[in-house]
Amino acid sequence: MAIPIAAVEQSGIDWEVPEEQIGLWQDAWQRFRRNRLAVLGAGIVSFLIVVALLSPILVHFGVLIDPFRQQVEDIQVAPGVGGHPFGTDLLGRDILSRLMLGSQVSLTVGLLVQFIIFPIGLTIGLTSGYFGGRIDNLLMRFTDIWYAFPDLLFVLVVVSVWHLSGPWFIQLIPIFGAIALVNWVGLARLVRGQVLSIKEKEYVEAARSSGSAPLKLILKHLLPNSLGPIIVTLTFGIPQAIFLEAVLSFLGVGIQPPQPTWGQMVNDGYEAIYANPTSVVFPALAIGFTLLAFTFIGDGLRDALDPRMRR
Amino acid sequence: MAVIAGRPRRDALLPRRLAAITDSRLGSLGVYVVRRILWMIPIVFFVIVITFVLMHSASGSPWDKEGGRQLSQVVVDNLNKKYGLDKPIYVQFLLYVWNAVHFDFGLSYQYEGKSVTTLIAEGAPYTMTLGVLAFSLIVPVGITLGVIAALRQNTRVDYATMGFATFGASFPNFVIGSLMVVVFSVFAYKATGGNFFLPASGFGLDDHLIMPVVTLALLPTVFTARLTRASTLETIRQDYIRTAWAKGLPERLVVIRHILKNSLIPVVTTLGPTFAFLVTGSVIVETVFSVPGIGRAFVTAVTSRDYPMILGTTILFSVVIAAANLIVDILYVFIDPRVRLT
Amino acid sequence: MAQTLLQVEDLHTQFYTSRGVVRAVDGVTFHVDVGETLGVVGESGCGKTMTALSILRLVPDPGRITSGRILFRGADVTKMTDEQIRDFRGNDVAMIFQDPMTSLNPVTKVGRQIEEAMTAHERFTETLARGRVVELLKRVRVPAAESRVKDYPHQFSGGMRQRAMIAMGLSNEPAMLIADEPTTALDVTVQAQIIQLMKQLNRELGTAMMLITHNMALVASLCQRIIVMYAGRIVEEGPVEQIFQNPQHPYTWSLLRSVPRVDQARKDRLVSIKGLPPDLSHPPPGCKFHPRCPFVIDRCKVDPEPELEAVGVEQVARCWVLMRNVSEENVEAAKASALSKEAAEKLKAPEVGAAEVGGSAGG
Repeated sequence: MAIPIAAVEQSGIDWEVPEEQIGLWQDAWQRFRRNRLAVLGAGIVSFLIVVALLSPILVHFGVLIDPFRQQVEDIQVAPGVGGHPFGTDLLGRDILSRLMLGSQVSLTVGLLVQFIIFPIGLTIGLTSGYFGGRIDNLLMRFTDIWYAFPDLLFVLVVVSVWHLSGPWFIQLIPIFGAIALVNWVGLARLVRGQVLSIKEKEYVEAARSSGSAPLKLILKHLLPNSLGPIIVTLTFGIPQAIFLEAVLSFLGVGIQPPQPTWGQMVNDGYEAIYANPTSVVFPALAIGFTLLAFTFIGDGLRDALDPRMRR
Repeated sequence: MAVIAGRPRRDALLPRRLAAITDSRLGSLGVYVVRRILWMIPIVFFVIVITFVLMHSASGSPWDKEGGRQLSQVVVDNLNKKYGLDKPIYVQFLLYVWNAVHFDFGLSYQYEGKSVTTLIAEGAPYTMTLGVLAFSLIVPVGITLGVIAALRQNTRVDYATMGFATFGASFPNFVIGSLMVVVFSVFAYKATGGNFFLPASGFGLDDHLIMPVVTLALLPTVFTARLTRASTLETIRQDYIRTAWAKGLPERLVVIRHILKNSLIPVVTTLGPTFAFLVTGSVIVETVFSVPGIGRAFVTAVTSRDYPMILGTTILFSVVIAAANLIVDILYVFIDPRVRLT
Repeated sequence: MAQTLLQVEDLHTQFYTSRGVVRAVDGVTFHVDVGETLGVVGESGCGKTMTALSILRLVPDPGRITSGRILFRGADVTKMTDEQIRDFRGNDVAMIFQDPMTSLNPVTKVGRQIEEAMTAHERFTETLARGRVVELLKRVRVPAAESRVKDYPHQFSGGMRQRAMIAMGLSNEPAMLIADEPTTALDVTVQAQIIQLMKQLNRELGTAMMLITHNMALVASLCQRIIVMYAGRIVEEGPVEQIFQNPQHPYTWSLLRSVPRVDQARKDRLVSIKGLPPDLSHPPPGCKFHPRCPFVIDRCKVDPEPELEAVGVEQVARCWVLMRNVSEENVEAAKASALSKEAAEKLKAPEVGAAEVGGSAGG
């Protein structure tokens, strides 16, 4: 179809009018903003981040009920009773404050794990794509094998052998490791694909024939082109990671008490399910909506950064 | 020999008979299958190695019951000898592999004297029942929903199905399972005074199956529906569909022979990963609903550090998933005539 | 007296897009007689394909036929029921499409696809149909037809696929065949073969044909009459020889000038029509061709195009100027100005130069 015409030119013969040149990022940002679900997701995530950061402070200053205090007289009370807005769990601990503290773990796992996955995936993908040939073959076979290992099972196995005790962020380390080990394959494949397509472009050939180091050239072109898909992949990795951590906590092999985690809370609540079902519902919904929020953001980013949808 | 336009003569150096065999599609299929089966071996081997290494890198010996009484050294030595833990590690490994090939995965640490194989066999029927039921829910429901949403694109039906799908897909298995229990067991019980509710645990060939199967099947159904919808939408836009309409074919024929036959191809390829998903999902679902299957046995093995059990079930799962992927790959060759097997 | 097979009256087909209403077919009237070959020419986006799709009521969303009549043997296609339209498609009027690679179902055997065209209309039983498929493939010169029937489209070459499509189109002996750019996606040698084939079939079967193309050479060899479309309207219409020798609309004139000719001096450069087809959702004021017209006058920028008026024997065109009113010097000036400055220099001093492939014949 013809290029849209912005103005009628009486004298003009040429109906070609160049499009306004918008940068990729501005364009993406605009598109993202127009995606209501994505914005909603971003809102939820921001809210959670605030909660995660503020909650220890609020507890310290007594605004929130101490999540570790077990009020024996108030076990499994329904929401609203005894000054507990969301009720208490089977040990009499306030659910709302536990819920808020729990966000720390989920967000930390989700976001930080990506920082581990990124270098691993990037390196392997880069190596594979750049060197090509047998190294590429070998690495790709390696990733195929790795892919065959179901992620949840692998994480469970790793966690069963490797556990550190101490404060919760120490305990997280083996979990980080396990999750990262399971999730790097997608990123590596993506990077490799990008490197391969860059290698095929003519200017690399030209540069090579004129003697400049192709590695530098590849890196220079790699980043701007593939930053978009890489960001999308990492963003989709966040709910995956949060999910894995939640399952681990639910099964009792994740972060141990006293630090509350949502998975743990679902498990605890499950034991009290007949007496006080909301103790299951609240953490379950928390997990669900957090995952949903990140998924919306991921979808929104992907659509926003999709070069094919540019006008 | 004439060169048929568009079909170059096969390499004449290959001996005629062999060429006749491998040239035929069936022949190449055989070669392909064999190659893929052989490829499964390094995969499984890799799984065994990794898991084995992990098991044996665990700190402490399996006899250190945390927080319990320490066993005397004599007892520990005897136990070690009994379970073969006193031998050097590579010997243990080779022994293990040898036994594994014979389906002997050793004795469980948890249950005195019970072999891992027995434990697996005991749990198998439950897990398989859930899996088969879930699968038979996923495929028809997922595909039907996806097709309907695609054919009625942008109508309320489409938005409703896909909205529900996205929503459901974001909530993990155990979350959905727990919420279902809350609604259909607890709430229903309270609301109907104990008359109507779904049982929350245990196994039985009755309404005990409903919640676990639905929980297990939900996510894969959603994925399948979404993929079917996307694939069908893409197929509908193709030129050959226009050709089909232009020939004056009835709607039913166009939808089935032209649209679906093409759009379902990518869906079939995801059946392998769907199967894998069912396997890992069973771990969670069986725990939530207290179904005595292999998945739950795996979890208890993990929490009680029953290494032979962990090792055995992991290997089993990996083999099963690899086999499922293989079957799907073979199926794919039959569905898509464009696939080249070399 | 030639009998009219298809009569299209004031057809309007519009698309409702986010950018506005696109008038893809903007009041088109023409007819096709029994056994005749009508050429429909114009650049991409001028509405020729949409006109054809409208005839078969295959206009894709978000478009629809908004007004007009399409009379086939007197019956109005736009008012047919679903049953009737199914009967009509592939049976009374068949269509073959531009790209044979994508126009055939990749997972069904070719023989089956041709067969189903026949069995769908209940004119042949399955066994009869199967036999006929082989016959048809032989007719369109597909070698080894018996074994080819069991092949899949990807095993056919491009030319063979197009032949198969032609076989499919002719399988029910339609009164009219619409061919949309049947040779564009093929390479040159194959193109020639297909053209030969179509000529032959037309002679043998007497099927009427509506040949849509931007390739003037094709039109010259196959058609008796042509209509020239621009921006959704017919701008000129008439018998082939007359149009070629004496085009009256500047657009037709420009199109013909962009055809490379063997007898042209090598130093003559080809001319392309500068600019691009208009955006049909926001067309220019006045005559839609005026921004690109080499002979534009002030009136063209203001008044919309006139109605079609007779400019020769059975030839009509719509233009405020008309080529016959343009002076020789203006014509030469137009030819010259369409060339670059240095090319104009070169024309004065004869030199060997490669012919620029011009032509707005964008695919």
